[in-house]
Amino acid sequence: MTVQGIGAPVRRKEDRRYLTGRGTYTEDINRPGQLHAVILRSPHAHARILGIDTSAAARMPGVAAIFTGADMAKDNVGSIPCGWLIKNKDDTPMAEPPHPPLVPDRVRHVGDQVAVVIAETRNQARDAAEAIQVDYEVLPAAVDTAAAAKPGAPQVWEQAKNNVCFDWHLGDKAAVEAAFATAHHVTKIDLVNNRLIPNAMEPRAALGEYDRATGDYTLYTTSQNPHLIRLLMGAFVLHLPEHKLRVVAPDVGGGFGSKIYHYAEEAIVTWAAGKLGRPVKWVADRSESFISDAHGRDHVSHAELAMDQNGKFLALRVATIANVGAYLSTFSTCVPTYLYATLLAGVYATPAIYAEVKTVFTNTVPVDAYRGAGRPEATYLLERLVDKAAREMKIDRVELRRRNLIPRDAFPYQTPVALQYDSGDYQSTLEIALKNSDWAGFESRRAEAKKRGKLRGIGISTYIEACGIAPSAVVGSLGARAGLYESAAIRVHPTGSVSVMTGTHSHGQGHETTFAQIVADTLGMPIENVDIVHGDSSKIPFGMGTYGSRSLAVGGSAIVKALDKIVKKSKRIAAHLLEASEADIEFKDGTFSVAGTDRSVPFGQIALTAYVPHNYPITELEPGLEESAFYDPLNFTYPGGCHICEVEVDPETGVTEVVKFTAVDDVGRVINPMIVEGQVHGGLAQGIGQALYEICVYDKESGQILSGSYNDYTMPRAEHLPSFTVETHNTMCTHNPLGSKGVGEVGAIGSPPAVINAVIDALSPLGIEDIEMPATPQRAWRLIQTAGMARAAE
Amino acid sequence: MPTVTMTVNGRAVSGEAEPRTLLVQFLRDTLGLTGTHIGCDTSQCGACVVHLDGLSVKSCSMLAVQAEGAAVTTIEGLSNGELQPMQAAFREHHGLQCGFCTPGMVMSAIDLVNQNPTPSEHDIREWLDGNICRCTGYHNIVKAIKAGAEAMAAGGKR
Repeated sequence: MTVQGIGAPVRRKEDRRYLTGRGTYTEDINRPGQLHAVILRSPHAHARILGIDTSAAARMPGVAAIFTGADMAKDNVGSIPCGWLIKNKDDTPMAEPPHPPLVPDRVRHVGDQVAVVIAETRNQARDAAEAIQVDYEVLPAAVDTAAAAKPGAPQVWEQAKNNVCFDWHLGDKAAVEAAFATAHHVTKIDLVNNRLIPNAMEPRAALGEYDRATGDYTLYTTSQNPHLIRLLMGAFVLHLPEHKLRVVAPDVGGGFGSKIYHYAEEAIVTWAAGKLGRPVKWVADRSESFISDAHGRDHVSHAELAMDQNGKFLALRVATIANVGAYLSTFSTCVPTYLYATLLAGVYATPAIYAEVKTVFTNTVPVDAYRGAGRPEATYLLERLVDKAAREMKIDRVELRRRNLIPRDAFPYQTPVALQYDSGDYQSTLEIALKNSDWAGFESRRAEAKKRGKLRGIGISTYIEACGIAPSAVVGSLGARAGLYESAAIRVHPTGSVSVMTGTHSHGQGHETTFAQIVADTLGMPIENVDIVHGDSSKIPFGMGTYGSRSLAVGGSAIVKALDKIVKKSKRIAAHLLEASEADIEFKDGTFSVAGTDRSVPFGQIALTAYVPHNYPITELEPGLEESAFYDPLNFTYPGGCHICEVEVDPETGVTEVVKFTAVDDVGRVINPMIVEGQVHGGLAQGIGQALYEICVYDKESGQILSGSYNDYTMPRAEHLPSFTVETHNTMCTHNPLGSKGVGEVGAIGSPPAVINAVIDALSPLGIEDIEMPATPQRAWRLIQTAGMARAAE
Repeated sequence: MPTVTMTVNGRAVSGEAEPRTLLVQFLRDTLGLTGTHIGCDTSQCGACVVHLDGLSVKSCSMLAVQAEGAAVTTIEGLSNGELQPMQAAFREHHGLQCGFCTPGMVMSAIDLVNQNPTPSEHDIREWLDGNICRCTGYHNIVKAIKAGAEAMAAGGKR
């Protein structure tokens, strides 16, 4: 490890601009002649549009244009596509209704896009939007996830009977039934995985521009993957070829999944910029974000675990209803299927698993991937179930887990739900977490808390995740409509500095530093000489973007491949300069030397020689030093670990305080431990947020969002959270060149069940065995009161 | 349209502002100081915190005309080349990820330390009630503010 190389906690290169207010987010960009767009959104969850009268609004000051769905349809604007086709149990395709950027005839959720007003100023556009008259015929709405799947529920789409998008399954049903038939004990559980709103701090924004001279379009947007937006919007919605469409995602203020997808507003401003010949900018109000950003989670599940008399897991069966909202967002269909059911083995050697997932349309905002995406839902289900099984079997919950962990020598381990884990050491992450959390000393802390009138509890969760998405052929066979490789291009400049063009996108993850460390480590140069370029389709050859903890495992691997090519070519140049055989050239610490001699040439001189090829093997080798690579992963990567949470519940108020949180994660090779810890911290905060604070609430009749602002949706704040104890215990990924697995999501995956298991442990002296997420003070207080009344009655 | 005059980052400025223009809009749109961010519309998130006559305020929660004659400091006005100690502490302790809440966090933290030069972890967490971060889980922000407070005390300078 060098001071700045792989493994060093290098301070981030990107921080200076953020700390001095010089970051450039989409809203900060203004183009000459720019107009401002305001979207008129549906106030109803479900309604027929009988008429739209824009005449008064069009006469308002500053208004340049008002467009509706009919205007876009006239221009043959297409439907926003879904990126993943899922098939039903009978192999028929899922219901895939259209998703026009502006809806022409029927609104299907509060916030649906009805019209766009474009004016000289944002205030003028806002004023005019209020003057548009829309005649709605309000229809009954399907809102609740479980209720939407029942016969007689209001229908969101004619083509999706009983609101079912697809009814899918995975695993060996017969083997599972056979195992259940012989089981000593079966533990059953019903769970709701609460609907969440991602809430990246930067609201979404989009700025479209059209160049009349060249016919080129540019879209600046708050995206995690600008190339994907170019592909989806260009090929499917606006029918613009790639070479005439540039998509730029500049500094982006957090994403957590919600900025992966192609959103209507991106197409609207780009299309409108072409119509009007002037740049058009849209920026979401936070209130708009709540009703237009894709939401996350929202599962209703029933699960059963079959065990033998020793608590050995024999089989697991799961039935889940997942809400996809009113339209299919880009990755919405793969989240409750291939990112969920495939993870139900967890870190356990359960021999047989069968999962059924029914997804339903509802009159709510589309639901898609949010930090963890499917894997938190699988982990929550499994770890709640295991705790309940331990109580029922009267086996210590840690011991029950130990008995069922996949053994260290079982890798590669084939699960019964399609995945093959390449590496892991679940025994060690568990034992280290127990030690770091002083699990053994807990009962004395519980007793001490009791003296203070507090109910103290401790909870544990293990987890597995599959990330580094993904081998293209595998996901293609499962319905993905894109390849999921990553690209990198490395340009060594004549004086030896380096630009790296990566197809991943950094919106907080620190790629500008981490990726520079990989280059610095390989080429033996300071990170200051390396620039990581991302987020602009005109600068970067291609890319699939950042989500699913893939940037380092997939994007970093592409960089390594391109670096290998740079080193290889450099060796040939060095061999020529040193008049030696290429096979005798060694490269270390930025210097090429002839093995066993003192003859050497530094990397900088190689770079200069490549561009000033006066003394150069010109007949055998092209001048210049620039290489690119695409990396398609061989497998998913499998981070895993163990999280332990300790809480105190105040029985008088029901308030739960997280007093201690210990995480031990296996993330593979760590490039920058400071950044890795920061990623875990952030994930934990979102996981604890899901467990204790956050929930998106819709009125079940009207479909109005009741948690539509920061006054109503509880974002975790500093006072809600403790400082965390985090550590990594890493086994290397065996199939990518870095050995890295990914870290972006682990915190959000492992933590929710650890928190809830701790709350239940705290309340268990009162006979309470279940509490829903989020375990709000009101929910806990009600349970405590009910338990108290029940005891008084005894 | 009324004209508003104030001192921003030590410089006298004036510009036209509709009566409904918020201070944050005036800073961003009229003066081009885009370091102050807008993260919500209910005065909850704190991305827009600036100093007004030395005290932290949410610049989304007042009108530009209310700042007539005031001295405003934004994130752009904190340092001249070298990072101010609180900014440096955020970098040293990885107290930022996406950077969007960061200007408000830093401005808020400096006001805390001006009022309470030796804040405890509890003090810091309570003070940050009005600043939301979605990336860091606050762990490193708390560490950074503690270290920043010590550095400010050592340097004796806001």
